[in-house]
Amino acid sequence: MKNRVKRQLAPYLLVLPGGIWLLIFFAVPMITMLSLSLQEGDIVNGYRFTGHWQTYVDAISSYQTQIVRSLIYGAVATIILIALAFPVAYWIAFHGGKRKSTYLFLLLLPFFVSFVLRTISWGQILADEGPVVSPLRSIGLVGDSFHILGTSYAVIGGLVYNFLPFMVLPIYVALERIDPRVVEAARDLYANPAVTFRKVIFPLALPGVFAGVLMTFVPASSDYVNSAVLGSAGTTMIGQVIQAQYLVNSDYPTASALSFVLMAVLLIGVFLYARMLGTEDVMKVAAR
Amino acid sequence: MTTPQHSVARPRTTAPAAGTPAIEFAGVLKNYLSHGETVPAVKRTDLAIAQGEFFSLLGPSGCGKTTTMRMIAGFEEPTAGTVFLDGKDVTHVSANKRDVNMVFQSYALFPHLNTYQNVAFGLERKKTGKDEIKRRVGEILEIVSLTGMEKRSPREMSGGQQQRVALARALVNRPRALLLDEPLGALDLKLRQQMQIELKRIQREVGITFVYVTHDQGEALTMSDRIAVMNAGVIEQLGSPREIYEKPASRFVAGFIGTSNIVDGRVERVEGGLGLLSYTAQDRVVVPVEDAVRSGDKVEVSIRPEKIDLHRGVPPVTATGGSVLSGTVTEVVYHGTSTNYTVATAAGADFTVFDQNASNADDLADRGDRVYLTWAPQHSYMIGV
Repeated sequence: MKNRVKRQLAPYLLVLPGGIWLLIFFAVPMITMLSLSLQEGDIVNGYRFTGHWQTYVDAISSYQTQIVRSLIYGAVATIILIALAFPVAYWIAFHGGKRKSTYLFLLLLPFFVSFVLRTISWGQILADEGPVVSPLRSIGLVGDSFHILGTSYAVIGGLVYNFLPFMVLPIYVALERIDPRVVEAARDLYANPAVTFRKVIFPLALPGVFAGVLMTFVPASSDYVNSAVLGSAGTTMIGQVIQAQYLVNSDYPTASALSFVLMAVLLIGVFLYARMLGTEDVMKVAAR
Repeated sequence: MTTPQHSVARPRTTAPAAGTPAIEFAGVLKNYLSHGETVPAVKRTDLAIAQGEFFSLLGPSGCGKTTTMRMIAGFEEPTAGTVFLDGKDVTHVSANKRDVNMVFQSYALFPHLNTYQNVAFGLERKKTGKDEIKRRVGEILEIVSLTGMEKRSPREMSGGQQQRVALARALVNRPRALLLDEPLGALDLKLRQQMQIELKRIQREVGITFVYVTHDQGEALTMSDRIAVMNAGVIEQLGSPREIYEKPASRFVAGFIGTSNIVDGRVERVEGGLGLLSYTAQDRVVVPVEDAVRSGDKVEVSIRPEKIDLHRGVPPVTATGGSVLSGTVTEVVYHGTSTNYTVATAAGADFTVFDQNASNADDLADRGDRVYLTWAPQHSYMIGV
């Protein structure tokens, strides 16, 4: 009798450590932040809960440019990432032979260096005196008004660079799982290489692309390091605004409200995306 | 299209002329490069498979049978030689342009497509009309007894059903030849036997040439019109199942197909087409020999275990016209329908004997018993020459 009770309790006991962790470090901060976003006051006199919804309205109207810009940067970076990562993943999966893990390791190697340091080095590479712009200027290919650093190109470039492995790895895993005989079967059934790719390989890799998009679009849209280090006033992303409101202006309600707005927008976006191209449906769509 | 043809002796015709083999290999060989060394996978092979034939490539793993099939399918290009399909040189034609289809080991169904889409894949690539695709897919699904399963995805089907989808997916294209790569390997015994009969029926119904790759000699014997037994990249013997079983051309074939007892010896005398090998005064093997065999020649003789009679006492005079070997029983295994004995014989070799469990069940020998093995002259077979 006692044993049975124990066995029934076991799953709950197992979930307890993770559950407590989530409660303390996710649920509590979320609630705190929600309450913070509805408070009024200032850092000197302290904040009081007043249920002030106006903060949300003000935050959205003041920073809608940055919100939209962040989503666009995130989306553009994600599309470029798919275009860059797919061939790399494809090549490693199908032509990597015995050295597959070496190639994957090489891909990940730069990422052993800290995120911020890497981005700063990118800044130096793209600077006007750096190894990219200065030779172009000296041979007269571009004028003195040409810059890369501080433009949206630099920010999106930085995002693409920093999130590349998060797109390559899931696509690689999906491609790696394709049975080579399935590819041969397509060839056997009169499909030329292009059709084989379109009708068999790509549809089977879609779950990987789906995962890659989730893993890159969400953090890229809310990133603040790339726009801070590689951008300028004209490329400010919403992550940067939130960071400044918290740490510089100590405007906790606005920062919290913006965090919630960003979260809501991303959640809705991801939800719509999943509904549109859920893994199961991804395959059916591709089959047509 | 005017492709430069290498030594095409045959005219290009749309319909194969009567007597043109469905598949033909002329001096085909295939080498692989492994760590800078050339490894022969298939040695120089000439082969002709007739229209409508059920042809098996049989051999142990690594014997070259799969490579041979892949050269027919177009997945491997021969290092040298020419491959003909219906008399046309297809040596350098890629797989998607060859009129043969394959049933893959473990089926290789498209996991993202349902049964209908899997089966229709080939016809869609050939730009067949929608209505015709529908009709032909329906027809073939009926032949493989899968009507009503059109919407199922491969994941939702049993191994046997997936197997049928794979078969339908290939057959629906009405290929010149169907290639089957160990298609029953993943099924359990009952289902495998059922599918063997089914495959044979389907082949009769559609009348397409089947090339069947297997390492299972039982499967090959039951289904094939002809079998090519391969070993180390060479076809050791090509013939009907009966020929291969009764008259193995090599020691390898004798051992690989069923169970064989093989004894070595020198021919002592040749008399009336029969050679005599003696081991002791009473122990002797009588074997039909070819004219070229002279006394003193070294030969190998194969005897099937079911042809041998086992006697506990000195054998009756009627049996002594043939071979007699005395020995000691070292193992007795009861199998229900038969009892299998292992006997250490005076000829030096251990013999396996299958004794049908008929009425005289009390006539069982035990381990350690002294026994006599006898068999008629025509049941000895001289291997190779």
